[in-house]
Order: sequence, then C-alpha cells, then structure tokens
Amino acid sequence: MFFYLLRRVLYAIPIALAVGFVCFMLVQIAPGDPINAIVPADAPADVVEQVRRDYGLDKPLAVQFAIWLSKVVQGDLGRSLATGRPVWDDLRSAIGNTLMLAAFASGLGFIMGTILGGLAGTFRGSIIDRAAVTTAVAGVSVPHYWLGMVLVVVFSVQWNMLPAMGAGPGGSEDWAWNWEHMQHLVLPSITLAVIPMGIVTRTVRGIVAEIMNQEFVTALRGKGLGGWGVFLHVVKNAAPNVLAVMGLQLGYLMGGSILVETVFSWPGTGLLLNSAIFQRDLPVLQGTILVLAMFFVTLNLCVDLIQTGLDPRIKRG
Amino acid sequence: MSTATTAAAAELAVQARQAAAASDGYWKGVLRRVSRDPMTIFCTAVLVIMFLAILFAPLIAPHDPYQGSMIRRLRAIGTPNYPLGTDELGRDILTRLLYGGRLSWFMGIVPVLIAFSVGTMLGVTAGFMGGRVNMLIMRVTDIFYAFPSVLLAVAISGALGAGIMNAILALSLVFVPPIIRVAESVTQGVRNLDFVDAARASGASGLTIVRVHVLGNVLGPIFIYATSQVSVCMILASGLSFLGLGTRPPEAEWGLMLNTLRTAIYVQPWVAVLPGVCIFVTSICFNLVSDGLRQAMDVKG
Repeated sequence: MFFYLLRRVLYAIPIALAVGFVCFMLVQIAPGDPINAIVPADAPADVVEQVRRDYGLDKPLAVQFAIWLSKVVQGDLGRSLATGRPVWDDLRSAIGNTLMLAAFASGLGFIMGTILGGLAGTFRGSIIDRAAVTTAVAGVSVPHYWLGMVLVVVFSVQWNMLPAMGAGPGGSEDWAWNWEHMQHLVLPSITLAVIPMGIVTRTVRGIVAEIMNQEFVTALRGKGLGGWGVFLHVVKNAAPNVLAVMGLQLGYLMGGSILVETVFSWPGTGLLLNSAIFQRDLPVLQGTILVLAMFFVTLNLCVDLIQTGLDPRIKRG
Repeated sequence: MSTATTAAAAELAVQARQAAAASDGYWKGVLRRVSRDPMTIFCTAVLVIMFLAILFAPLIAPHDPYQGSMIRRLRAIGTPNYPLGTDELGRDILTRLLYGGRLSWFMGIVPVLIAFSVGTMLGVTAGFMGGRVNMLIMRVTDIFYAFPSVLLAVAISGALGAGIMNAILALSLVFVPPIIRVAESVTQGVRNLDFVDAARASGASGLTIVRVHVLGNVLGPIFIYATSQVSVCMILASGLSFLGLGTRPPEAEWGLMLNTLRTAIYVQPWVAVLPGVCIFVTSICFNLVSDGLRQAMDVKG
C-alpha cells in the first residue's frame, strides 16, 4: 500500500515534466520565429538580438527547455505581449474566478447527477430511469456554449431576470458574497454543470444498478433491513468510484470552461485564453495552459490516492 | 381447435425463424437487433436526411451562402423568402445552415477517422507486442491524458493559429490517446485467447495473427468507441470555430455562425441560436446511434 502510494506520487513527476515539455513546445510549433512571441513585432533588430541571447533562444532546444523550466519553477511564466505585465499576475486572479465557477458548476452537476443516477439505477426500467437516461444523453450531447446562449436569451433578454455577462455589477472583478455578485454565477454555473450532470448520472446509474444486483443486497433485504439501511450500504459501496469520476470532471471543467467563460465574459482563465488567442499572446497562452494542465495532473493524483484510501477492496502493492 | 392449431403452427414458425436467425451471420443478427430498436432507426433516419441535405446543399439551398445585403440584415424567422431569417450581414440563414453542415460534419468526422486509424494501429501494436513497445506507446499516451481534452484542442490550435487544417490536426491529437487505450486493452484481452496460441503454434507470423485473428475481434469495440466520439468531436470542432480557431469568416460553419450571431441575441434571439440547434440535434443523434450500435453489437464498456 505505502509503496503503491509512493510509486503513484513519483510517477506524477515525469508526467508533470512531460506536460511542461508539451507546453514549452506550444511556442515552438507556433508559426514564425519564437522570438516574436517574446518581443513586439516592431522592436528594433538589435533589441531582438539582445533578447534572443538573454532568453537563450540561440541555444539548442534541450538547453532552452531547461532554462524555461527553471524559470517556471520559480514562478516566472514570462510577460504578456499585450500588456507587458507578468503572466502570473493576470493568471492568479483568473484562476480564482475559474475555480469558483468550476466548483459551483461541479457541485450542481454532481448533486443533480447523483440524484438522477441513483433514482435511475434503483428503479431500473421505470419511467424515472428513461427520463434520467434521456437527460443524461442530452447533457453530454448539448454544445454547452450554445446552451449558455439560450439561457441568456431566455433569462436575460426575454425575462430580464439574471445578468448575462461578467462576474459582478458594472463589470467589477472584485468578488463579494452578496446577491449582486452571486446572480452572475447562476447562468454560467448551470451551463457548465450540464456535462458533469450527464456523466455522473450515467456513472451512478451503472454502479448503483450493479450493486443492487449483488447478493449482499439480497442478503440485507432478507435480514429485514429497510430501504434506508440498504441505501446506506449501496452508497458506501458506490462512493469511491463515483468520487473518482467527480474528481476528474472537476478537472475537465477547469480546462473546459473556456467556451462558457467566453459566452458569459466570465473573467477567468478561459477568457484570458480567449483574448490571448485573439492577440496571439503566446506567453499568456502557454502559461495558462501550463497551470491548468498542472492542476489537472495534481487532481488526477489526488483522486487516485483518495480512491485507494477510501476503498479497502483496492489492494495495490 | 383451429385456433389451437394456428397457434401451434405460429409457434413452430417462430422457432424455425429463430433457428434460422441463429445460424445467420453475426452482422445479420446485429441488423436484426437494430431494426427492433425504434430510437436508433429514428436517429439514423434524421442523420441520413441531414447528410443528404448538406450533400445536396447547392441544389436545395434557396440563396447564395455568401451573398449578403445591408438592407435585409437580421430578419426574423418566417420572413418571406427567408424562412429562417437572415444573419448579421443579411445572408440567408437556411442556406448557410445547409452549407455550414458540410464543414461541421467534416470536422466532426474526419478527426475521429484519423484518430481511429492511427489509434488502432498504435494501440493494437502496443497490446500485441507488449513489453517495451507497450511501455513506450502507453507512457506517451499518458502524457496527453494529463490535459483535459478541450484544453488540449485549444492549446494546439491556439498555438498553430486559426484554420481548418490546424483544427483537424489538433482534434485528431485529442482523440488518438483514448482510442489507443481502448485498442490496447481489447487487444490484450484477445492476445491470450486459445485460438491465438493455436495460430502461433501452427507457425503463423505475428503480422498474420494480427491481420487474421486479432483485428477481426478488436475492430468492433474500437469502432463503437470511435462512433461515440463523433458527437464529442463535432461539439469540440464547432467550439473551436466558436472561439475563432477553426473555420474563418466568411466560411459557413455552425460553430462560427453561432459566434458571429452572438452579437445579435438582443435583436433576433431565436435566429441567433439556430446553428446550435443543428449541432445539438446532430450530436444527440450520433450519440444515440452509437449507443444503439453498442447494444446491437453486444459490446461492453
């Protein structure tokens, strides 16, 4: 057990390095000289040469990677071409906003998905089951950026109930726990929650149905245990796998919120990425993707470790 | 008396048909199971109609997809001559939806096809060879698993810049790793079966075993998995265009249309959401057909 955990943690290191390398290569595969990703296009030639030497861009690729990596480890993700500010400064507040949106959305999606999937798995073949399965298929098939637009049309344009854009009144980016700010979260969270809802419904339905068919459930019933008692046993058995799926979904939401953030102008990493793409601001693109991917790697690791800890049936040695 | 005889005769006939069906080939059985599944048939029909409509778009589209007009911008649904309204440049929405489907379908299917070929090749190789080859292929696959799929697609096409080819390259890269994993695991399952051992004992070379014994058994599950990814790919491809990374204006593509119409949601909200309806319907139909096929082909997972 201990050695499994150790090995799993150690295995995350080469993965993280490889992820770093892929992010490093993003600037290399971009068309044109990578130097253009660091200095503005109108910089004089001698400045370009100076920067090229300073950044080590005249050195071999492997050396460049090492230099880049040592800077990243110290928290230096370079400077934005558009604003000239350090990438990390812009990224820090954006990550907070994205994390909040992703947390709300995944919470909503998990609760809905667990309820729907649990009901569907328990009453398999019933109308509830069919409705839940249909909702789940619709949830994973819907282009969520479009769903966001529809919600804006209905709730903001037609009924004028909820704000369509931003994270606070008047485009303010300072978050506060009051309704003026909270109402900006409602539509993006619902939009983003649709995918995890669909996936969690499917997963929970499958797991619950499988557990309900097992002999120990029949045995519990035979001993005279009522609905709630059986339910608790099922929850205990289903929890580790369901938690694993949920953890991965949270990671997908962190990375996948770019489209929804664009629709709602939510000031998170997605919007940052979107403007970086438009302005071809490669350092911002690279830094944001690196941080999000590292978050995903860490989350994967945590999910694995927690799952191993929670489920005594998993004996990894 | 007579009813009893008819009932008995009918039962015999059913038994005979079942026996005949059992001796039929695997694919006939699959076809029979699909034909009893109204949902799959309905979705297939919707997809076929859509496919024909976008294929013959030049013949049935009422207008030119690129011909705009400043005096008829953003007309409502139901305008004479423009049944689904016009977009922000006065172009006919129905026409552009028909033409747009071509690119959306293309970008939804081609990356999955590429990933299916590449992923199957690598996955079967990894699963069949085992050892270091497996190690190498699967560990590289792990790296791409460390990125959420949307993020990977955005990262690659964001670095390469907008364009259809770049988007297809990015999307193919997103779908190769999961297909490798599926292919590897089913191949490993087949590799240790008795008939493979028998073939090996009778002196068949590795390539022959893969071609004759392995591929026939693993292509089904991999194919089913690939079909389930078409809807994901279509949503992702349109999403890239929505971000301005896939197709570029004035090209007609559903995701790009959604993007350019986004500014019009306060003027003509229901016209603006139409391209998304097309993406949604296509994607849900592909998903349900894939589910139906999975059940009919009796593939687990």
